[in-house]
Amino acid sequence: MVARQLVKRFGDFLAVDGVDFEIGKGESFGFLGPNGAGKTSTMRMIACMSPLTSGTLRVLGMDPATDGPKIRSRIGLVAQEDTLDLELTVLDNLMIYGRYFDLPKKVIRERAERLLDFAQLTERAHDKVDPLSGGMKRRLTIARSLISEPDLLILDEPTTGLDPQARHLLWDRLYRLQQEGVTLVITTHYMDEAEQLCDRLVVMDHGRFAAEGAPRQLIEEFSTKEVVELRFRSGEHEDVAMRLADVAERAEVLPDRLLLYTTDGDGALAEVHRRGLSPESSLVRRSTLEDVFLRLTGRTLVD
Amino acid sequence: MTVEAQPVGGERHRSLPTWLRAVRYYAYQYKRTWKGSVTTSFLYPVLYLAAMGVGLGSLVNKHVGVVDGLSYLDFIAPGLLAATAMQVAGNESMYPVMGAIKWWRTYYAMLATPLSVLDVLLGHLGWIVLRLLMVSVIYLGVMAAFGTIHSPLAVLAIPAAVLTGLAFAAPISAYAAAQNTDVGFTTIYRFILIPLFLFSGTFFPVSQLPAWLQPIAYATPLFHGVRLCRGLTEGHLGWQAALVSTAYLVVVFLVGCWLAERSYAKRLVV
Ligand SMILES: Nc1ncnc2c1ncn2[C@@H]1O[C@H](COP(=O)(O)OP(=O)(O)OP(=O)(O)O)[C@@H](O)[C@H]1O
Ligand SMILES: [Mg+2]
Repeated sequence: MVARQLVKRFGDFLAVDGVDFEIGKGESFGFLGPNGAGKTSTMRMIACMSPLTSGTLRVLGMDPATDGPKIRSRIGLVAQEDTLDLELTVLDNLMIYGRYFDLPKKVIRERAERLLDFAQLTERAHDKVDPLSGGMKRRLTIARSLISEPDLLILDEPTTGLDPQARHLLWDRLYRLQQEGVTLVITTHYMDEAEQLCDRLVVMDHGRFAAEGAPRQLIEEFSTKEVVELRFRSGEHEDVAMRLADVAERAEVLPDRLLLYTTDGDGALAEVHRRGLSPESSLVRRSTLEDVFLRLTGRTLVD
Repeated sequence: MTVEAQPVGGERHRSLPTWLRAVRYYAYQYKRTWKGSVTTSFLYPVLYLAAMGVGLGSLVNKHVGVVDGLSYLDFIAPGLLAATAMQVAGNESMYPVMGAIKWWRTYYAMLATPLSVLDVLLGHLGWIVLRLLMVSVIYLGVMAAFGTIHSPLAVLAIPAAVLTGLAFAAPISAYAAAQNTDVGFTTIYRFILIPLFLFSGTFFPVSQLPAWLQPIAYATPLFHGVRLCRGLTEGHLGWQAALVSTAYLVVVFLVGCWLAERSYAKRLVV
């Protein structure tokens, strides 16, 4: 998949502002970014459901403008908003979706059985979808996207609303699909998920890419080795940050805590105590993608 | 719009055109509601023909004699067939269309698969054809039971009723796909469907209307649907009238399709 200068405009509003990316077969590629960054708009273009305003896009080697149906026949999509038929049963939802792809009934039944097992919905197969819990519906949507055994799987916040066990099941499943050569494109607000699942990812903000790379690489590039998290009484964080400005390479004030970015966490924490500050709680940890995200998306108050 | 099916599961199987796959969706849906729907399709003509055709009809026949050369029952039954087709098509093209976009997002589910916007529209209209077929076959059966069918041409009243319905379904779908609330639907019922039902030659000949209203009545698709159905069941349809009315309904349908495709695309492809 190749995108060059991809632009999506809604009226005067620029939702995607000229992004470039390439995703290889069997790769797992993530889009991170705050609400409204343009992730879903990008996913919809990749899924050949939304035309580009300008730029070029090739998906599975084809042009969405001319080969949309052909491309979509090889794509599985988990849209951000569920599009299940609430009046039909769980199994009928899989049946009818598989029928859109023109799969024979027998094939769909076989696959549905395995997918329902994976989605832990076997017992609910003949129940209507409407009364299922939010997470169950989400699991069904994910199962449904796999019914056509797609070459490209597009997942827009797939695990929102899933319990930890279901998330881990999904991660495992996605990992195995990737081993089989399926290309994954994922958006998520869970940094641990991105770190686990994505070979490469981009951090998107205001329709542009703020950074691109492997999770480890991004952490090295945009954050320090360690982070000290300090919690003071609320309202004090700004003041304390000023006084500690020279202790760390960078300090960041969040509503509920203060983060000090440094190569030596324990050393920095000792220095905090030596200056007579006593935080209510403190923690030294390694940098994660979350720190990269915070830095890149402008959610920083002190730099 | 056919996408080649890849051989799946080791067996060859004939690929179904994409728009028919959308029709199949509605068939799945209908499994839940068919009983109530079929019952209504029976009851509606039975009640109407009994009350209006037989009850009111005996009064009309006694005091007025024949209407346009027909007994009142014979006059009204085919008119109601066309009017029912209009109503079914209208009902199926308002809430179901807006709901598939706004509430259930059914169309978006389809559009994530090989189906195109045109397939989504044709699937919807294709399903309406099936519904209209069911309704008009049942209606014609009831008419036969009431003894109001006087020509073998009556079987052609089935496609005539379907065409009448489509001439409403297509433009109304175009309108419904552009709606965000159901306020506009009330307007359609109030200012289009109900007036047409009452004044397009269903219950009395258009010639009874004030002169200035007659051209408007003649221009409505329902008038032409009624004329076709009545002429076919009673066996007095001239070929010129048949041609004009059929052509008129086909044109309204095609223009409606053109509008609907644009309306669907504008709403669904953003
Ligand atoms: N159909 C539309 N019409 C007008 N504006 C739109 C439309 N779809 C998206 N937008 C706007 O485009 C911007 C990007 O939206 P998008 O859904 O791509 O964000 P996102 O990154 O997926 O956010 P989230 O994390 O909340 O899902 C938003 O400001 C949104 O209001
Ligand atoms: Mg989104």
